[in-house]
Amino acid sequence: MNRPQTAARAGFWLCHGCHQLNRVGIHAHESERVRCARCGATLHRRKPNSIVRTWALVMAAFILYIPANALPIMTIVSLGAGEPDTILSGVITLIAAGMWPLALLVFFASIVVPMLKLFVLIYLLLSVQFKSRWRPRDRTALYRLTEAVGRWSMLDIFVIAILVALVKFGSIATIETGAGASAFASVVVITMFAAMSFDPRLIWDVIESDHERERSTRNPS
Amino acid sequence: MDLIACHDCDLLYHQPSIAEGRKLRCPRCGAVLLQHRHDCVERCLMLVLAALILFTVANAYPLLSLDLQGREQDTLLITGVIELYRQNQAGLAVLVLCVSILLPLIKLLSQLYVLLPLYFGWRGWRLPVAMRIVDILHPWAMMEVYMLGILVAIVKLASLASIVPDAALYAFAALIMVMAATDASLEPHDIWERLSKTR
Repeated sequence: MNRPQTAARAGFWLCHGCHQLNRVGIHAHESERVRCARCGATLHRRKPNSIVRTWALVMAAFILYIPANALPIMTIVSLGAGEPDTILSGVITLIAAGMWPLALLVFFASIVVPMLKLFVLIYLLLSVQFKSRWRPRDRTALYRLTEAVGRWSMLDIFVIAILVALVKFGSIATIETGAGASAFASVVVITMFAAMSFDPRLIWDVIESDHERERSTRNPS
Repeated sequence: MDLIACHDCDLLYHQPSIAEGRKLRCPRCGAVLLQHRHDCVERCLMLVLAALILFTVANAYPLLSLDLQGREQDTLLITGVIELYRQNQAGLAVLVLCVSILLPLIKLLSQLYVLLPLYFGWRGWRLPVAMRIVDILHPWAMMEVYMLGILVAIVKLASLASIVPDAALYAFAALIMVMAATDASLEPHDIWERLSKTR
């Protein structure tokens, strides 16, 4: 048999927790709540409501992305005066101070990665919904990258936590957290959940149905 | 031969035998499916024990001290959480507490809980649950991101005040390396196989 066989079509469901293959039969249905024989996790053929959940989380992240960038994330109060810093103005301050590598790092972790992550997820969602057949292997790799890189966006939140802890000199210098910080943290956490709820196997399911059609119209070699 | 399926594209096939230290990649989508290691349990147990010692040191001693016009101030790992909470940022405080201290600790303890019985041949209780906790916590334990945050904060403040790294910072740095080594040598597939054998 040259045609690729998938676990789901052969009547196996892969446990998401321990990666054990469970024989459930071809006619098994999600509503039956089958449990993994090895670890007891509830089995699913694909992640439940993957598309809808991911869309909802992506939308929520997009909405929160606006206050995250528009509101100040922190204010350095020195001798009673201080100006609020947003994520972008923080990067600009770093560039002005000549700290290029650091500016680039913060720019990537706080601006490029969350934005790119949202766009990649939207692209993957649309590509699945429009049954795209274009380079499934690369799209899967793109998904893996998106899932792996997301946590690094927490960088700015940690920097704030450390600065707040370090700089507390009463009237000389203190650092106050802004409302943008919690919005930004929410964006990072929500996009992480969004990436987790997307199922990359959906990318391949479309191609599977192609093979099926090919087989019925043509003789398999 | 065992059947195996790819978690990223659901391709089903017979698991080929792989050489020591080699990775098995999905032929269709390129996902790393498993890695073969024979001394995984022993090595991981040692690394987890080392990580727990370093974790204690990193949390118990000051990380950094800041010197501003003669006034010096020590900072512990937990100080950031406390300060965020004082500034009425309870949500942020809880989040930072979880991803930088609590969840890494729970992850390490769960790993210890699974590895000890496997190493000594004990029966163990509910090991699969602990193993699933390790798997779920994996993306949420962000100590290495926190470390990068410390470095960024140091550079940012370098022009304003002098910052003295303390003992815990070195322990923290070592902890990240040890935890990364644990994650690299812990092969979930192998652990799960052992768990299903002992039952």
